[in-house]
Amino acid sequence: MTQSVQVILADVNPTDPENWRLKSYLKRDGYAALKKIIANKIPPENVIEEVKKSALRGRGGAGFPTGLKWSFMPRQYEGDKYLVCNSDEGEPGTFKDRDIMRYNPHILIEGMAIAAYAMGAKTGYNYVHGEIWETYERMEEAVEEARLAGFLGNNILGSDFSFQLYNHHGYGAYICGEETALLESIEGKKGQPRFKPPFPASYGLYGKPTTINNTETFASVPWIIRHGGEKYLQLGKPNNGGTKIFSISGHVNKPGNYEVPLGIPFAELLEMAGGMRGGRKLKGCIPGGSSMPVLPGDVMMKTDMDYDSIAKAGSMLGSGAVIIMDDTTCMVRALERLSYFYYEESCGQCTPCREGTGWLYRIINRIEHGKGRPEDLDLLDNLADNIQGRTICALGDAAAMPVRAMLQHFRDEFVYHIEHKKCMV
Amino acid sequence: MINIEINGKQVTVPKGGTVMDGARQLGIYIPHFCYHKKLSIAANCRMCLVQVEKAPKPLPACATPATEGMKVYTHSQQAVTAQKGVMEFLLINHPLDCPICDQGGECQLQDLAVGYGASESRYQEAKRVVTNKNLGPLISTDMTRCIHCTRCVRFGQEIAGIMELGQAGRGEHSEILAFVGKTVDSELSGNVIDLCPVGALVSKPFRYSARTWELSRRKSISPHCGLGSNLIVQVKIDRVMRVLPRENEEINECWLSDKDRFSYEGLNSEDRLTTPMIKRNGQWHSCDWPEALIFTVDGLKSVMERHGAKGIGALGSAHSTLEELFLLQKLIRALGGGNIDHRVRQADFRADSNLQGVPWLGMNIADVQQLKSVLIIGSTLRKDHPLLAHRFRQAVKNGAQLNIINPMDDDLLMRVANRAIIAPSEMVNMLARVLKAMIEAKSSEGISKHIMQSLEAVNVTDEAQTIANSMLTNSPAAIFLGNIAQHHPSYADIHAIAQVIAKLAGASFGFLGEAANSVGAYLAGAIPNQGVLGSEIKHAEPPFNAAQMLGNSPNNAVPPCKAYILMNLEPELDAYNPQQAMKVIDNAEFVVSLSSFRGNITNYADVILPIAPFTETSGTFVNTEGRVQSFNGVVSPLGDTRPGWKVLRVLGNLLQLDGFDYETSEQIRAQVIPAEDVITRYLNNDLKDYAINIPSEEMIGLQRIGEVPIYQADPIVRRAESLQLTSDAAPPKVWLPTVLLEQLNVNEGEIVRLKQGDGEVQLEVACDDELPFNCVRVASAHSNTIALGALFGEISVEKL
Repeated sequence: MTQSVQVILADVNPTDPENWRLKSYLKRDGYAALKKIIANKIPPENVIEEVKKSALRGRGGAGFPTGLKWSFMPRQYEGDKYLVCNSDEGEPGTFKDRDIMRYNPHILIEGMAIAAYAMGAKTGYNYVHGEIWETYERMEEAVEEARLAGFLGNNILGSDFSFQLYNHHGYGAYICGEETALLESIEGKKGQPRFKPPFPASYGLYGKPTTINNTETFASVPWIIRHGGEKYLQLGKPNNGGTKIFSISGHVNKPGNYEVPLGIPFAELLEMAGGMRGGRKLKGCIPGGSSMPVLPGDVMMKTDMDYDSIAKAGSMLGSGAVIIMDDTTCMVRALERLSYFYYEESCGQCTPCREGTGWLYRIINRIEHGKGRPEDLDLLDNLADNIQGRTICALGDAAAMPVRAMLQHFRDEFVYHIEHKKCMV
Repeated sequence: MINIEINGKQVTVPKGGTVMDGARQLGIYIPHFCYHKKLSIAANCRMCLVQVEKAPKPLPACATPATEGMKVYTHSQQAVTAQKGVMEFLLINHPLDCPICDQGGECQLQDLAVGYGASESRYQEAKRVVTNKNLGPLISTDMTRCIHCTRCVRFGQEIAGIMELGQAGRGEHSEILAFVGKTVDSELSGNVIDLCPVGALVSKPFRYSARTWELSRRKSISPHCGLGSNLIVQVKIDRVMRVLPRENEEINECWLSDKDRFSYEGLNSEDRLTTPMIKRNGQWHSCDWPEALIFTVDGLKSVMERHGAKGIGALGSAHSTLEELFLLQKLIRALGGGNIDHRVRQADFRADSNLQGVPWLGMNIADVQQLKSVLIIGSTLRKDHPLLAHRFRQAVKNGAQLNIINPMDDDLLMRVANRAIIAPSEMVNMLARVLKAMIEAKSSEGISKHIMQSLEAVNVTDEAQTIANSMLTNSPAAIFLGNIAQHHPSYADIHAIAQVIAKLAGASFGFLGEAANSVGAYLAGAIPNQGVLGSEIKHAEPPFNAAQMLGNSPNNAVPPCKAYILMNLEPELDAYNPQQAMKVIDNAEFVVSLSSFRGNITNYADVILPIAPFTETSGTFVNTEGRVQSFNGVVSPLGDTRPGWKVLRVLGNLLQLDGFDYETSEQIRAQVIPAEDVITRYLNNDLKDYAINIPSEEMIGLQRIGEVPIYQADPIVRRAESLQLTSDAAPPKVWLPTVLLEQLNVNEGEIVRLKQGDGEVQLEVACDDELPFNCVRVASAHSNTIALGALFGEISVEKL
């Protein structure tokens, strides 16, 4: 079995109430990466180069290469540039960022400071999900610790590098996890995605160049700087560098966060989570958060847990939320719950999502309650087609993909529901 | 420039241009709802999805930047499937009851549903219902029909300058609404009715009164402010049913102010006159035209026999047509008189003989947006010139610095760079300070000795300095005199100093024309000392101007005229000093009123000749930028009403005057304006040889700031029912700064007594701390305040 290699959660002990503090973090080599950069006056472009070498990919869901994203920030731009951390972890099934901030907040702060150094940003915002207030308070304390210790603020560690970091908490809207809606929310506006282009790298927060990364992405950076990008890459697989925290939920014995090298077989990950609850059969698994396509259990068991392998299997690694469903799960009921979420969380800005998510939910709800019609399944497929790829942001895709995948893999269960007006399981 | 290909056709769009821009150039229609050429891109309706080569999914044409070599297909299988998909989503929650929707027949959704909708709905679930909102007296809502395009929201943010509507709620539950308990009060609000692509926002006054296909569309020109907005007047069975904008990029673009849009209700008001009326032995009688005209001619002749032609005064409103004003002055001069004027709210005529031409905007309306520095002197800008204010707002958005010298600091809904808020009595001094600051910063070259001497005692203040700097450092710059400046008792000095400032700054200089025909009235010769197109007029003794005729001249203690001919005027509302005006008119021997409305005319006139408003006559307005705009009547005159030019022509005939044989209004117009292109030659804001007089900065008592409320400015709008229900038409209050409230020991909401001259009124007190400490703001032109005197000058306030 693959050893658990830890980058972000290394030596993190949730049971020790002082473990998250700066003192503890410094003992774990904390801020060594930031000190190294500042002491050696490493040129910012070399920092970005190191991140590129690591093949670190965005941990928020889209998996975009981080180093490449950083290199989009206009180097010569004279005015303000912003750095934003997306800790608005709203994707159902995902709970890793919360634990990073709760149990190792300084690794995020250090990662953001390094990123700010690399991109020349003077100000950063950490947008914390609205429903985890105590985590926001923990971040506030940690930022204050870092500021007092000279890791944040003006002239960090005596250099001419200054970086102000602010925590900002949302109010629980899923859509504010979409990066441009998040920017609108920080600006004090209604959280609605902007259409792109222009992308945040040229027109972001307050119209200034902005880079937005996920919490876990930033938290991976200090290790990369300390040990080198090459070494980080070797932890995982080519093009899928490093480790990933998977949030495992559902019908397993030990649900929780597991940091493992990218590319480990799903079977091993399932084993780490204590295996299937009650020894039941794995029916299906959503490998990357609720918006990703579901995969049948047998397909999952043959898949490795990295961006490319899961894509090949027909889904996406997404945020790394692994939702395990055993053979007692009614897939119609599961999809009804998922669709309700997207119906409820659509921001209402653009037509296909505003109107389509409600329509999808109502049809699935009808099927679940024994009022389905034979033509409903084709209609669902067609509506999902009409939503996916037609909206301003990815919420439309997120609402459509689960529907399409459920119908693709578990169509007979839906047909049974419509014909017999009751559940198969 | 970027070359792209749409449906196989090549087109070049500027850098930053979109696929939609290219398609519009090519005349290819891409269906859309949220896109509007004058608003920012929202890309939320998704109706304009098109296929772009190499793009994995359809892209919105409105928001997709053109890139070199891009190939776009607007009607391909992929594009049309996407468009139909969006249309289906738009329709699932939209009521499919077009026959009972007021928008039916002029609905974008309805039109596009014909091309992109299915004949049957696949949506079998319950439909959304949204409660309606009260947005005020002008806009009616049917919010269930809303498709969330946010055009109305963006209009408020970007054009009107105030976000009165927003989208609250999420997903399917999102709704367009105003702030809790608020209505939509912008003076440009009616435009959201045009912008709304469905029947969610419709015109409250027009609602359910006609179908678009029953209405004929007739072109006209707005008779209100100096902008001269182009109108489509919609008519059904000889009645004006509503007014819509006629797009003219150089004037009103695609917008209309609420005044232009909703004032038509006044045309159909109960107060319209339908027959001529004469007063015999103190009794009013309706009569036919021959009787009324003969009565008029006899009355005028009788006055002339006793007092000569100089005993007659003629006052025509600048809301009258060029033709009417021309004939009025021609009539009075043919009789041998010369007392003719249209400037009934002007108080200061000292510089009248120094004018070198017709005062005008000094530039084209469309060029206002390019200005980088603007100084506006004395103006209730948003209320007097709603759409010009929008042009200034766009200029400010483009980086212009707006400077104001004004007695009040109303919210202009745009960033004001520098402001000098000063009492009316201080305005000349303030301008002198700006001038001195400018001379000190630049040079005194070309400044007359007299001015240099006058400026000696003037001390430059910081605010004067910053305004001077703004004008000097930003180019192009322009200075404009608003209505308050034009009504000001020291108008001549304001005009003269502003002109020198403009010259020094290399800035354009102009006037924000108060009325639709403020320029045209000058061209027509409706002023005492010049004839048509500024031609010289010889007089044995100088004729009277409006102030003298209306008893507002310090040198004329005795009412100078024995008879008055009033045209489109209600002197108690339209005069600079209604108290004095009514005194002289009441004392006159014979008063003829040419008017569309009855109003209070029977209280003071001897004969009433009902003349047609702009919709019932042909005519011409020359707008503030000197643009000559003629129009035809769109309906026939109401009852026995006749076009004013015809009435004046017949009066001329009956008085046996030569040259009153016009057959058409075009013949009259040709006498004033031989060819349109030469008009600019007569436009000139210069004053020649006027000796500036800077008043000493001594304290006087409380001063009145008398503005003309937006919906009280002319006889038509005063009778527009729905506009009279808006917050802008609320009865006037007395606005005082806190210092004055304390001094007078009164509280907001209390009733106080105001005295001016020998009149007094009682009004409610309100507080405005932006007012200068010695100023009392009381609107004029309202029945509650007509007992007061001049727009400016001393006023007293007493606690009851």
